[in-house]
Amino acid sequence: MIESIDLSLVDWSRAQFALTAIYHWLFVPLTLGLSVLVAIMESIYVKTGNPEWKKITKFWMTLFGINFAIGVATGIILEFEFGTNWSNYSWFVGDIFGAPLAIEGIMAFFLESTFIAVMFFGWNKVSKGFHLASSWLTAIGANLSALWILVANAWMQNPVGMKFNPETTRNEMTNFWDVLFSPVAVNKFLHTISSGYVLAAIFVLGVSAWFLIKKRDTQFAVKSIFVASVFGLITSLLLAFTGDGSAYQVTQKQPMKLAAMEGLYHGKTGAGLVAIGLLDPSKKTGDGKEAFIFKVEFPKLLSFLGYRSPDAFVPGVEDILNGGYKPEYNSIPESEKEVALSAEQKIIRGRLALSALSTYKQAKNDHNAARADSAENLLRQHYAYFGYAYLNNVESIVPNVPLTFYSFHVMVILGLYFILLFIVVLIYINTHRLEKSRWLLWLSIFTIPLAYIASEAGWIVAEMGRQPWVIQDLLPTMAAVSRIDASAVQITFWLFAVVFTVLLIAEVMIMVKQIKIGPKNGGTR
Amino acid sequence: MFEQLPIETLQAYWWIIVSLLGSILVFLMFVQGGQTLIYTLGKTEMERKILVNSLGRKWEFTFTTLVTFGGAFFASFPLFYSTSFGGAYWVWMAILFAFIIQAVAYEFRSKPNNFLGQKTYEWFLIINGLLGTILIGAAVSTFFTGSQFSINKLNLTNIFDPVISRWEGPAHGLEAVLNWRNVALGLAVFFLARILGILYFINTIAEETILTRAKKQLIMNTVPFLVFFLAYVSVLFLSQGFTVDPMTGAVSMESYKYFHNLLQMPVVMILFLLGVLLVLFGIGRVIFCFTKCSTKGIWLSGTGTVLTVFALFMLAGFNHTAYYPSTYDLQHSLTIQNSSSSHYTLTAMSYVSLLVPFVIAYIWYAWKSINNKKIDPEEMNSDGHSY
Repeated sequence: MIESIDLSLVDWSRAQFALTAIYHWLFVPLTLGLSVLVAIMESIYVKTGNPEWKKITKFWMTLFGINFAIGVATGIILEFEFGTNWSNYSWFVGDIFGAPLAIEGIMAFFLESTFIAVMFFGWNKVSKGFHLASSWLTAIGANLSALWILVANAWMQNPVGMKFNPETTRNEMTNFWDVLFSPVAVNKFLHTISSGYVLAAIFVLGVSAWFLIKKRDTQFAVKSIFVASVFGLITSLLLAFTGDGSAYQVTQKQPMKLAAMEGLYHGKTGAGLVAIGLLDPSKKTGDGKEAFIFKVEFPKLLSFLGYRSPDAFVPGVEDILNGGYKPEYNSIPESEKEVALSAEQKIIRGRLALSALSTYKQAKNDHNAARADSAENLLRQHYAYFGYAYLNNVESIVPNVPLTFYSFHVMVILGLYFILLFIVVLIYINTHRLEKSRWLLWLSIFTIPLAYIASEAGWIVAEMGRQPWVIQDLLPTMAAVSRIDASAVQITFWLFAVVFTVLLIAEVMIMVKQIKIGPKNGGTR
Repeated sequence: MFEQLPIETLQAYWWIIVSLLGSILVFLMFVQGGQTLIYTLGKTEMERKILVNSLGRKWEFTFTTLVTFGGAFFASFPLFYSTSFGGAYWVWMAILFAFIIQAVAYEFRSKPNNFLGQKTYEWFLIINGLLGTILIGAAVSTFFTGSQFSINKLNLTNIFDPVISRWEGPAHGLEAVLNWRNVALGLAVFFLARILGILYFINTIAEETILTRAKKQLIMNTVPFLVFFLAYVSVLFLSQGFTVDPMTGAVSMESYKYFHNLLQMPVVMILFLLGVLLVLFGIGRVIFCFTKCSTKGIWLSGTGTVLTVFALFMLAGFNHTAYYPSTYDLQHSLTIQNSSSSHYTLTAMSYVSLLVPFVIAYIWYAWKSINNKKIDPEEMNSDGHSY
């Protein structure tokens, strides 16, 4: 049935995007969080005048710089990949999607790169106040950059503030503020930056714990741990709070993603939230088998969190495939709630929209205004399902359930563990037991990789959970790719894999060496 | 205020902004040019350290300008983005690789335990300088020489093959470097970047041996620059160009099109001539001086570069010209009219563009505050941050 869309091209293009995004995200959260932590530490230095705090600031700043460089290196590819590998996407939504990318450049990158130079080269050249301002402006620049890129990503999950224009064959922005302040965007931004803050706090905590274990630079280590733990506790609570907000938005806007996150095949009222569970690997959609080998769940919690009502009906994978239920989204008034369509019906409507577009173009060519008008009407009526037209079987709307489920649960469990860890560390600092509690110090070190795992898992939920969509309901991946040979993408995939891995090894080796050199030398060479 | 402007004005405004970013980018590629000279000008470890560090304070600006140039082009002319990047895949990928390795090279170069060794990172800088300049030059040249692509928006309605922009040739961008004109502009940009790099070194470094070598290199790079640049420009003005019928939008070939554009847009002609003169004047002031020599050549030649490149972009896009021509089918060529964003998006982005003067102001202020002293061996040995 498929003649021209090369599925291996789609898969390799996705693999390449996943590879570059995952690599980029190894460095971004530390940049987001450490920039703020460094600015806080420098603020303490400026306020107290204590040179110990300057030493602390400079040490963490050195690690920040190493991480920042590789973050920049892995970031440039992502922006251009939208063009090189997702050419159809770039045209279909470029009118909306391009803007945040450009604003990111103008508003955030210049701020970051200008003041980072003052941060590193300005110690003996500018006043204390100006230097501190530069550190804060670098942090603000990094976080503003995150804002715009997350606005862009949120828009792909929840396309708002736009209208399809059949004349130009693309979506066009109609309301910039709707794009910027969509609840999905706001939640995503806050959730993502707080995840960066938590990761950086754990990084500072873990690295400092190593100094305490080695009984080196203990003053420096305890001070660093204190700042990191207070910052970490506050931001991990914010992380949990915005996580709830994000999941609520997913329930409303991307019910299939939510079903996958929870391994929920059969919808139910008063659905429970799975605390831990093991999925049956042989489970197939629609086979009637129980999805879990075992699970522990909090009764009614999923309904409550997703719909703010303990008895709400949460549709499962099969409900969304088959339709026929009444969605309980809070955003829609009761009277307007329609019975959900099945995936098959959505595909039919998508095809109607697509053929209406075709008719519209033909009518325009023939200067038949009446026919163009009626075609446009039909197109608008079914445009909400436009992307379904490209799907050739209903099950392609189901994302990878085990991957989404496990990633989600790993993220949530680790997130709760981080809160606990910060609380325990703060108690131990307060009771002066931290330095002697080697188990807690070792635990802090081993939490560093867990923070990275949780952070990457979050993106896997967000991006794998929305498959097959690039733009939710409007454009699937297979209709978004560039028309190049799969072999070309394979070559660049492996090039990126090798280059990024080599650079990662270099980064980690340099980082470890600088940590071993320690704060005595200010971390500089 | 922007809402009331007709879309044609907004399109022109954004072509000017994109052109300005592009021309500032070429000026800032003095970093890339300088990178290719670190072994030529630096014979000892300390000399190379000085050279790398003087560039190291500026490289992020070039990088950020490149990213912003890409973002602004995407936001204002998305059809170019989807056609060129997805089509000329290999050229853009090679450029990106060159910039990926640059971004880590400065920070990692002199750090202990850096896995690949200092030499490798220095070679990263050289590769970036070579590929970055030549390939960006060659890519910009395709604005005048054309590429083989087709665009059919109706493809979107074909569920089996919905891609709108297609490259109609197997080489996916590699063919661009087989056209001698594209290579000539690439090499002109390469030698210009080296000239600007040398002028920048002369402006910021206080170390006699480096400066003596730099002056000699300046002459050796000016000659090939002039050869390639003049050859390119002469052929450009003598060749056919891609003209757009303002009534129907139909594209056709016109003899001496770009020369006509120059004559029909006197402001652009003045900018172009002034730009070329300034570039030469900046070089000349450094070469032809015997006693008290000027170190300001970078500002003269830099401004000249911005004006010249800006004028070239104006020739490519204004006066009813297709800026990204398709040699596969002339009617598929991109113009600033048929490839732009919507009126709403251009308006929104125009408001954002008002931030640009503010951005330039803080860059200026921050730089002045840390760059008031020339770089010398003494500073490299102090305990401050260095690469």
